Amino acid sequence: MGASFSTTHLEFLLLGALWTVALTLIAFVGGGLVGFAVALTRVSGFGPLRWLAAAYVMLIQGTPLLVLMFLMYFGVAMAGMELSPLAAAGLSLTIYVSAYLGEIWRGCIESVPRTQWEAAECIPLTRLQRMQLVILPQAFRIATPPTVGFMVQIVKNSSLASVVGFVELTRAGQLVNNSIFDPLPVFLSVAVIYFVLCYPLSWWSRKIEARLGVHVRLQAQ
Amino acid sequence: MGYQFEFADVLAQWPLFLGGAWLTIQLSILAIVFGLVIGTLTAIGRRSDSRWLVRLCGIYVESVRNTPLLVQIFVVYFGFAGLGWRVPVFVAAVAALVINLGAYTSEIVRAGMDAIHRGQIEAAECLALTRSQIYWHVVLVPAFEKVYPALASQFVLLMLASSITSQIGAEELTAVASRVQSETYRSFEAYLVVALLYLLLSYVARAGFWGVGLLVFKRRRKLGTLL
Repeated sequence: MGASFSTTHLEFLLLGALWTVALTLIAFVGGGLVGFAVALTRVSGFGPLRWLAAAYVMLIQGTPLLVLMFLMYFGVAMAGMELSPLAAAGLSLTIYVSAYLGEIWRGCIESVPRTQWEAAECIPLTRLQRMQLVILPQAFRIATPPTVGFMVQIVKNSSLASVVGFVELTRAGQLVNNSIFDPLPVFLSVAVIYFVLCYPLSWWSRKIEARLGVHVRLQAQ
Repeated sequence: MGYQFEFADVLAQWPLFLGGAWLTIQLSILAIVFGLVIGTLTAIGRRSDSRWLVRLCGIYVESVRNTPLLVQIFVVYFGFAGLGWRVPVFVAAVAALVINLGAYTSEIVRAGMDAIHRGQIEAAECLALTRSQIYWHVVLVPAFEKVYPALASQFVLLMLASSITSQIGAEELTAVASRVQSETYRSFEAYLVVALLYLLLSYVARAGFWGVGLLVFKRRRKLGTLL
């Protein structure tokens, strides 16, 4: 038997966890920007644009992230460009996140009561003003809990970056396991670290959802 | 960009792709059947009177929902080995998917059960239905009816997520792509073909679930409520 699981290994895992956090943030910011554009396009008044966005979402939501990762990794190499594992993972996660967040946010925009849209039209605000001053601020409130909830999905899905060789938490776990071959403690520790990263987000999402629920109920009365 | 697409070599391996797709389907169906059972039992457990059972089910659901499937697959796969059981990769893959899906399903089913109005259950009690009759006819079946669309999309997500079992060597669709690319050196084309197959599978699955919904939930069909 080789060395057993030690604090050095734990440190290595925690360093990996730091990269998981970094990758999550990259994917959230990138995917959020693209996803916002997707959401706006999905509710646009111009038909072909709406269709294009719908097709994009359908395409991405019908393919596994793992395959998307590989496609990005090999696709860019094929185009003759060198892509670091971080860039490949960040890009594919951005695309993946944009499709899901785009759909979530479209739902939030559409759930702003119809009368709000009509009232804004009567004032009369321009389309841009209506979106910016009336619809989006309200959609933003509705969108907060599912968005925080989706952050958990991003943290978890960033584990798939390990397949293109990016050393985040899961890959760090594999590397540690390769050196000491004691998989169970290693991957259980990895799981615990993921749990510590994700659980506060899940809890927070539930909490703001409950608070929002109270607000909505009060409004309904 | 001087790259020439070359699909001929990749497509020549079609029996492999077909086999992989078939394994993906098998994995998904087994995981869905057992995952649904475990999820429903967990949802019932979380509403039980025993505080221990409630807590146990809660721990199961939260620990699965807050860790990545990839890590769960590793833990299950190496966990079996740690117990000294030599199980085929396929069994480990199904077990991990079942554990994963069970937790997500239980949350969906629980939401459906919570949506059943208290008055319905009281009415059933007044009609002197037994506890199990109430659970089945008044709570579970209408709950499933309510959340069926959410369940169906969770199942489609699971089918896509089953690609991750390739990481422990399950020879499903994604693993086939990796095998084909190592034989033909056409990685992009191989993964493109697999992506299209997944796309196809997910649409077939969605259509299938829609049809199953029409068949199973007769009441809903009669009411004309779209799934």
